[in-house]
Amino acid sequence: MTRGTAAERVVPAPLVASSRQRRLLAGDRIFQGLALASAMLILLIALIFMVALFLPALPAIRRFGLGFFVTRTWDPVRQTFGALPALYGTLVTSAIGIVIAFPIGLGAALFLAEEARLGFLRGPLSFAVELLAGIPSVVIGLWAFFILTPLMRDNVDPFLKHTLGFLPLFQGTANGYGYLTAGVVLAIMVLPIMVALSRDVIRAVPRALREASLALGATRAETTWSVILPYARVGITGAVLLSLGRALGETIAVTMVIGNRPVIAASLFSSGYTLPSVLANEFTEAVGPLYQGSLFYLGLVLVLITIAVNVLARVLVWRFSGSEPAAV
Amino acid sequence: MIAWASMQADVAAPATPQAEIEIKLDARHVNFFYGDFQALQDASLAVQARKITALIGPSGCGKTTFLRIFNRMHDLTPGTRATGEVLLDGHNVLSPDTDVINLRRQVGMLFQRANPFPKSIYDNVAYGPHILGWSKPQINEIVEESLKDTALWEEVKDRLHRSALNLSGGQQQRLCLARALAVKPDVILMDEPASALDPIATLRIEELMQELKKRYTIVIVTHNMQQSARVSDFTAFMLMNERRAGEVIEFGPTDDIFNRPKDSRTEDYITGRFG
Amino acid sequence: MSRLLARVMLDRFVNALIVLCVMLAAIPVLVLLLFVLIKGLPGMLAPGFFTSPPHPVGVPGGGVFNAIIGTLEIVGIGSLLAVPFGTLVGIFLSEYGRNRIGDTVRFVSDVLTGLPSIAFGIFGYTVLVATLHHFSAVSASVALAVLMLPVVLRATETALVLVPQSMREAGLALGAPRWRVTIEVVVPAALGGIVTGALLAMSRAAGETAPLLFTALGNEFTQVNPLQPMGALALTVFKNALLPYSDLQDQAWAAALLLVLMVAVTNILARIYVRRIQR
Repeated sequence: MTRGTAAERVVPAPLVASSRQRRLLAGDRIFQGLALASAMLILLIALIFMVALFLPALPAIRRFGLGFFVTRTWDPVRQTFGALPALYGTLVTSAIGIVIAFPIGLGAALFLAEEARLGFLRGPLSFAVELLAGIPSVVIGLWAFFILTPLMRDNVDPFLKHTLGFLPLFQGTANGYGYLTAGVVLAIMVLPIMVALSRDVIRAVPRALREASLALGATRAETTWSVILPYARVGITGAVLLSLGRALGETIAVTMVIGNRPVIAASLFSSGYTLPSVLANEFTEAVGPLYQGSLFYLGLVLVLITIAVNVLARVLVWRFSGSEPAAV
Repeated sequence: MIAWASMQADVAAPATPQAEIEIKLDARHVNFFYGDFQALQDASLAVQARKITALIGPSGCGKTTFLRIFNRMHDLTPGTRATGEVLLDGHNVLSPDTDVINLRRQVGMLFQRANPFPKSIYDNVAYGPHILGWSKPQINEIVEESLKDTALWEEVKDRLHRSALNLSGGQQQRLCLARALAVKPDVILMDEPASALDPIATLRIEELMQELKKRYTIVIVTHNMQQSARVSDFTAFMLMNERRAGEVIEFGPTDDIFNRPKDSRTEDYITGRFG
Repeated sequence: MSRLLARVMLDRFVNALIVLCVMLAAIPVLVLLLFVLIKGLPGMLAPGFFTSPPHPVGVPGGGVFNAIIGTLEIVGIGSLLAVPFGTLVGIFLSEYGRNRIGDTVRFVSDVLTGLPSIAFGIFGYTVLVATLHHFSAVSASVALAVLMLPVVLRATETALVLVPQSMREAGLALGAPRWRVTIEVVVPAALGGIVTGALLAMSRAAGETAPLLFTALGNEFTQVNPLQPMGALALTVFKNALLPYSDLQDQAWAAALLLVLMVAVTNILARIYVRRIQR
């Protein structure tokens, strides 16, 4: 057993609070204070953020008030601005996006959560979906602009016109740009969230339920339909809502294929506008406080809608799976 | 001195009167609360210097709670309150003007599961001295000395800068002991240190304890009666009373507790009738 | 008997549908990456792509040097702002934040995560562009920094919460003050998660376009002064796509490929780093 050398023998300091203790405690207090200050700073930034969205929209808010939401015209020349075309386009394209992404995403999620036989595919599929989530939206927009648009114009749109042309949805000329194409793009962008969240929700369904159903002789499909999906209904709704929130705010990819015309049209082939794409498209040309203000008014509306949808979605998913949804 | 004698009168008569008794850690009438719930009632314990004192008793009787008061670790849990006195060399560690940082250097702790930092072996042992501001050569020396004191030096001297997490469970626990020794404490608190270890690793820890008690005062919580009988000089038996608060039932030299217990509850526990 | 058969057929059919969904879910990313690779490679291999700024419109050739510098600088400054700050908030949430303030910060952070990226552009515009009457790279950095904050913050908190409490206790039991235990023991233990969060936030910021439209505006020339408008790869992709010049469009594809490669490399680096730490 070695003895310590004199240099290492620690002189037992008195246990009463010394200046050293006060220094160290000060260190604790300083550090905690710093951490708290940074937290308060975030809250301050968030406040400034909301004000920064609100302030530039003031000229338009004062001029148009709530009538902004129901005005059809968007006319920079005559200085009359209304949000209706952009609102309409946002809702239509997001709806198309969800309608396409929901079944595909749900199916893929069921596969990821349950599949046994082809289980080796789960890893690659997860990876592929995660990759998709990481691709910048401008790259997707570029691809959609050059590749998807001609594809829609030359193949998909004529097919739809041919088969479903009796519906006003699928009438009119199709040049590849418009609601439908934008909807497809949104579906692609929203797919990763849909898959990831739905998979978590389905995984949260207790195994016992699944096994009870199978043990009664139900097929996998019947179990999924009658037991799992009803149980997961609330969580899946939350997943859809979060995907919707994402779709509503998507700017760049949509701007590149929506056609950018301030109209309201029944045909899905028609060009149109969405709230963010108006901003992206016309910002550099907007002159004058009313024009600019109207653009920012649109931005404010978009943010408020997105926050509402997201908060609602998180409440639902949180209540269902009892935990925070995965950050995607 | 007098306190010790009167305490023994309350609890149990010592088998052989000691000529020179040094009380290192003296807990007097300690009550402990989690909020409104009382977890310890009137617990007293006089720990002799350079001896091994064991706290035994069934789960939930408050032994670990009691142990953690000695180095003010209960401060980490909000809503806790300790009354009474715990005297370390005459100073009450529970008083608000205690330098808790320094206290924890003087009273070291070994935890139930080995918890080495995710750093190298060297950095683990060096952490305490590093906090104290020692120089590099001093730190080098103390690291080697502490690792030798825990019989780890030969096993790790060639890989001091590899991660501590690569060691086996028993080695990790000895590393944690070396880490605690590196700040030259007077007292070492051990909270069931071998409960997660295999019998051979456990034996090594127990051997180490016999060596270490020559220089350090050791208080060990253990649910393993045989371990307490093997290793400790003094034993305190604790039990949860009807109000679910822990109490010290009996305290004395280990030999007395195990062979001539005064309280029937102690006897029941020792003989395995419950616990 | 035939009822059983019908049910089994239905089950098979549904399984087939699910497999179809899987294929449909996996196809977009494959097609996307394939096209970006095929269409982007020629532009990338063209001489001067990496080293020269864009040529005047109509003059063939040129490159994206200005955009590369721009992206690196804008994201770099943004990261300098967001990463230390976000890490500190994450430390707050994990070590001192089990209370109302912490919950509020978490809520606000979640809200910020869900906002459309254009909102950050508006924020940058109002706060730094309209006030100074000047588009600038630094306004873009600030906008991106706010965008990155929630990501860094959440990743840091998650990583810190995963560090076992016994580690903190071990440090404190040695007589170390709490702030030193946090900085010297807990944060290093969580470093893998923290760095991953930072890298992911940075790669996300590099791909953002909408915030830049309102802040950095873009610049044909190579610019390093952060107080001036600056180009960026994402802006190049966006603007060149809509121009009728084929070599500029090629550059758009190549810039897109470069962006995708940057994101991929960052992700791989993050994974390597985590694995290294765990050894």
